[in-house]
Amino acid sequence: MKDSARLTRREFMVKSFTAISTVYIIPDLIPKAVASKPLDAEVSAKTEWAINVDVTKCVDGCTACVDACVDENGLYGFDRPETDSQWIRKLQIKDIRTEQVTTLPMMCQHCENPPCVDVCPTGASFRREDGIVMVNQHTCIGCRYCMMACPFKARSFVHENLTEQVTSSPRGKGCVESCNLCVNRIDHGSETTACEEACMKEGHNAITFGDLANPDSRVSLAIKTKPSRRLREDLKLKQRVTYSGF
Amino acid sequence: MDKITFTKFIINPKMFWSNFFLLGFFILLGFACSHYMELEGHYVTGMNNQIVWGLPHIFAVLLIVIASGVLNIASISSVFDKKLYKPLAPLSALLAISFLIAGLVILVLDLGRPNRLIVAMTTYNFKSIFSWNIFLYSGFTVVLAAYMWTMLDREVNKYSKFMGTFAFGWRIILTTGTGSIFGFLVAREAYSTAILAPLFIVMSLLYGTAVYYLILRLISKFHDTYITTDILDNLKKLSVMFLFANLYFLGLYHVTNMYIAKHLDFEIFILSSGGIYTISFWVGQVFIGIILPIIILSSNKLCTHLALTISSILILIGSFIAMYVIIIGGQAYPLTIFPDHIIIDSSFFDNVVHSYIPSVYEFGLGIGGIALALIIVLVGIANFKFLPTMISSLHKKEAAEKSSDS
Repeated sequence: MKDSARLTRREFMVKSFTAISTVYIIPDLIPKAVASKPLDAEVSAKTEWAINVDVTKCVDGCTACVDACVDENGLYGFDRPETDSQWIRKLQIKDIRTEQVTTLPMMCQHCENPPCVDVCPTGASFRREDGIVMVNQHTCIGCRYCMMACPFKARSFVHENLTEQVTSSPRGKGCVESCNLCVNRIDHGSETTACEEACMKEGHNAITFGDLANPDSRVSLAIKTKPSRRLREDLKLKQRVTYSGF
Repeated sequence: MDKITFTKFIINPKMFWSNFFLLGFFILLGFACSHYMELEGHYVTGMNNQIVWGLPHIFAVLLIVIASGVLNIASISSVFDKKLYKPLAPLSALLAISFLIAGLVILVLDLGRPNRLIVAMTTYNFKSIFSWNIFLYSGFTVVLAAYMWTMLDREVNKYSKFMGTFAFGWRIILTTGTGSIFGFLVAREAYSTAILAPLFIVMSLLYGTAVYYLILRLISKFHDTYITTDILDNLKKLSVMFLFANLYFLGLYHVTNMYIAKHLDFEIFILSSGGIYTISFWVGQVFIGIILPIIILSSNKLCTHLALTISSILILIGSFIAMYVIIIGGQAYPLTIFPDHIIIDSSFFDNVVHSYIPSVYEFGLGIGGIALALIIVLVGIANFKFLPTMISSLHKKEAAEKSSDS
């Protein structure tokens, strides 16, 4: 074997460093296209997930957001409306003074001061740093105190054995559940929730999801262009879900 | 001179075992109901996503409130040094511990996941009054056990006043905690007021005294217990005082709600337009539970025994209806999500007064809980010296003569 074919110590070092750089360093230097975090990274308060609903764009009779939520989270009911879970529902409301009728979607409002989290005895009901309020299905004991505390009736209790669960959305009999802003999607890099996606597909664009901390995000731009309000502002819960146009 | 001693419950064994098995049957029935609810899920009950707390919670909260109140008799003796009540104190502590255990068992068995009790016992959120109550309830059983020990064992009897005072303070905080479960719910018009805590305390005093008297009366049918007319007169006065205190706090609670503009609609609902809830409030909670007992206890037409028995039964019927009005009525009234709008249409019943028809399983669980409380009392009084018996000087003389003869 010729001597030239052998790697010198210097060449070995340079080639090794290049290989390591290629594998570990260079990908980190490329700016990330998505705002979401890698799965193994901790959730941070630098991201502020939020939803804005423009009620002037919400169409009466359309249930695309509700249907999408059902499919995304496997919320197939048992045709028992009083006990079946509803993470998002459509409401029709009438202004007492002007008599104007409005239709809008209602879901967990992802409060910054969530009463459901305050009352939960085991801490199963919790708020992530990025603002998502959700239930740990492993530590929920099914006491339903959070349902008593929620001002928006956003939570459901799983009243019977489930059969058609989807792997991305763990659910279980005897636990409480509610909208978690499609946390599984978001943590896997998606920038849209099932309800927003469905609303956009229908061409209504009433629901806008995004990161409030990013001034250029869809939700930030939506809030900037139209005044919005929180429901039951007297309770000072600082919800991350806001409504525009009524 | 007459002397008071404590004895075990002397009862014909046949009667003991027949009562034991009867209560045991109801306990098993309660467990079977709870097991079925857990197996099938809560859809078999009358509870749903609108009325999330139902009949089991009425039973559980009532038993816990009674547990706190029934200790009142012991507190009067130990804390306020009222010698008259001293013979009645040990039984009072036993009743408190048994009703508390029964209430907690119902509460646990109604959980969506009763198998996760260990999670509730090991993982706490100290911002939650529920978490604090887990400590208050379990701590109360320990405090009561220690208190009973100081009352029954002569060697440690000197600590009984201290333990009695400690238990008294503990139960006041405990009932405050129970009332605060509702008082801290800011979103619901029926609750969200601190007055619920003192209201629960006076309710506990009233219901506890009624339960104590009825159980003592039941025991005295089979056993020669020490209930003098002094004690009866005193219990009567005490009950009247607690009835007026209840009326006062109940009135204050509703007047407060009327002054809070955003609670006014709920007040109109409960007091005048709420259908079954309005009827339950006026007829059950107010008339049967408070007014009628006041009339019976204040008039001198009935003998004290009979007046106390009838009024105590009425108070307990009223207590159950009061819990129904507070727990179910409070949830039946729809949430005000849009104060300046009317909800025209909703798939989740946002715009209707919710109805609740309890299932037989919930009722079975509740009855099982009551049977559990009574079986603990039965076994307790049959094995330990809880019952006061008077040994008259004549009896003592005879006993002394007998022993000298032998």
